[in-house]
Amino acid sequence: MENELASFRSDMLKFAWLQLRDKATAEDAVQEAMAAALSGKRQFDNRAQLKTWVFAILKNKIVDIIREHARYRNAGAAIDEIPEDAYEDLFDDNGHWQVDSRPSTWGDPESSFSNQQFWQIFEICLTRLPDNTARVFMMREMLGFETEEICKELAISPTNCWVVLHRARMALRLCLNDRWFRTENRDAGL
Amino acid sequence: MLDCKRATALMSQGMDKKLGMLQKTSLRLHLMMCEGCRNFNKQMRFLREGLRKFPQQNS
Repeated sequence: MENELASFRSDMLKFAWLQLRDKATAEDAVQEAMAAALSGKRQFDNRAQLKTWVFAILKNKIVDIIREHARYRNAGAAIDEIPEDAYEDLFDDNGHWQVDSRPSTWGDPESSFSNQQFWQIFEICLTRLPDNTARVFMMREMLGFETEEICKELAISPTNCWVVLHRARMALRLCLNDRWFRTENRDAGL
Repeated sequence: MLDCKRATALMSQGMDKKLGMLQKTSLRLHLMMCEGCRNFNKQMRFLREGLRKFPQQNS
């Protein structure tokens, strides 16, 4: 089991860094999660089950760290790393899509899930999100927090939270659109 | 009448909380008429699915 866990370490570090945005803190979280997994001494039928379990432990560690750090954050300060007008030029003066920015179909996007290169692009796009924006977004989408909980943990207003989540989704959609779904030579997206 | 910019914000907000009846109705009407926003809506759902699957990748 120790060898299996060690083989997950790189993925766990990437996952933890995406949420915590600090290498040393991410390493601490992974170390603690692996120690907890080893002391758990549970048996698993296959590698995927073990990975799901160890990532669940890691998520709990990350949540603990976010809660701890939120105490020191500038409580009540709004998060506005992506400017309000960042996506203004996607729309015309009447608020309708500009012709060249109107979302076109991504075809059968789910087929990308089986492509390793797609996940590399996906990770690049997540990495490009600003730190605090990414933290809110990951808390919602990967750690499964409700927005009320995020507001409470990070001491931000519900309106600020929804705005941050919306801008993060806009940024991620545009990045995937440009680097994967609209790229004929997908190596260029990497 | 809802415009696309407001519709995208509502679609995103709908992923985080329950929309009111009026918001849902106006969004539904807008989506019936706007292919770009229908594509946007599908892409938002795809992103969420991708984020759910992401931790299990790379091994």
